[in-house]
Amino acid sequence: MRCLGKGMRLLGRSYWCVAILAGLTAPLEGADLLPYDIVEDSIPNSLTGAAGDAAAGRAAFIDRDRGHCLLCHSVSSIEDPFHGTIGPDLSAIGSSLTAGQLRFRVVDQTRLSADTVMPAYYRVKGLRQVDPPFQGKPILTAQEVEDVVAYLASLKEAPE
Amino acid sequence: MTLRAVIASLIGAGVLVFTITGVVAQSPTERAIDDADLKSGYDFQSEDTRALQDDDFANPGFLWVDKGAALFSEKAGKNDRACTTCHTDTVRSIKGAAARYPSVDEKTGQLINIEQRINLCRERHQQAEPLSYESEDLLAMTAYVAHQSRGQPFNAKTDGTAQSHFEAGRDYYYARKGQMNLACHHCHEWNWGQMLRGDRLSQGHGNGYPAYRFEWQTIGSLHRRLRNCDKGVRAEPLPFGAQEYVDLELYLAWRASRLTLETPSVRR
Repeated sequence: MRCLGKGMRLLGRSYWCVAILAGLTAPLEGADLLPYDIVEDSIPNSLTGAAGDAAAGRAAFIDRDRGHCLLCHSVSSIEDPFHGTIGPDLSAIGSSLTAGQLRFRVVDQTRLSADTVMPAYYRVKGLRQVDPPFQGKPILTAQEVEDVVAYLASLKEAPE
Repeated sequence: MTLRAVIASLIGAGVLVFTITGVVAQSPTERAIDDADLKSGYDFQSEDTRALQDDDFANPGFLWVDKGAALFSEKAGKNDRACTTCHTDTVRSIKGAAARYPSVDEKTGQLINIEQRINLCRERHQQAEPLSYESEDLLAMTAYVAHQSRGQPFNAKTDGTAQSHFEAGRDYYYARKGQMNLACHHCHEWNWGQMLRGDRLSQGHGNGYPAYRFEWQTIGSLHRRLRNCDKGVRAEPLPFGAQEYVDLELYLAWRASRLTLETPSVRR
């Protein structure tokens, strides 16, 4: 702030100050992550402001280079011989958690439970030794988070 | 000395004793996995893979062990000496040596692994060029040397001059890293035996390295495997031979406890 104040007084230097500040914060902030509000254990509102697409979410859920959620979780309706057993089974997760609760867990589960092994899929801060190609980038884009949330919310218990 | 000074010095001494006992309490005595539950990577392989490792004639890792044996007795460098000039079965035998590594090099005070010891010997005693990490010759010689400790449990020193390296290795083991923000223990202590899709998570012991891995179609060093782990959590892999990895090797050797060396092991 002091730097900015000085910059305002010395107009010619202010650009340098802002440029330096931007240069320092940009790599830490990374991509423009959209802001979100947490209400209890939920992020009630869509990150993008629009509902996600469940079919696209299913693809991102399986895709090795995007969510790859199947690495740790199982979903009975996905026909694949290999499902993970590290996280809980998600076959009917839409019956036990709301879309907002699912969104919070996908965005940053560590904020709910510090010891979790589940990565934060929409976070770029507070990480260390990140491989350069992934620096400043969340694992999933906001759109992909919304698509995955829509897919998970659609996983309901089969009617009796 | 005033009463106040006496009290102050007593408090000071108390703090010192507390600090010392605090350090002792942190010294490595307890492992996260009970000895009774310890499992080598071998136990997580398919029956076919285990059979391949068990058969010294079929195990592909022996191609490198045999090549290493040949290199071990081949003269190299300006001094025109072979490893066998100094190391015989009875004098400076390398039987059981690998089980004591990583080890602190007395001259430099650095913690070094077998690969680095081989290169130090080349430099100091043979006046030969160091072999590059992950080269066929260094893998072969490392496999040969490690094989001379097959069946023995790790017995590397973790105290004294090695203690700071041990602690640095432990810190690396437990540090979250990468875009996935995961530490080694999240998989290999908390979730061993679970399925990562088609793969069963092992306890992450390094007792079979250099190991022949099907995914590599060749033998590879422990550092190659560690780099793959880092890449797996989208962390920047460290260079081959990085001090952090050698320190981690020491921590891994300690946590492997009574598991015995298997080099050359065969892994998926």
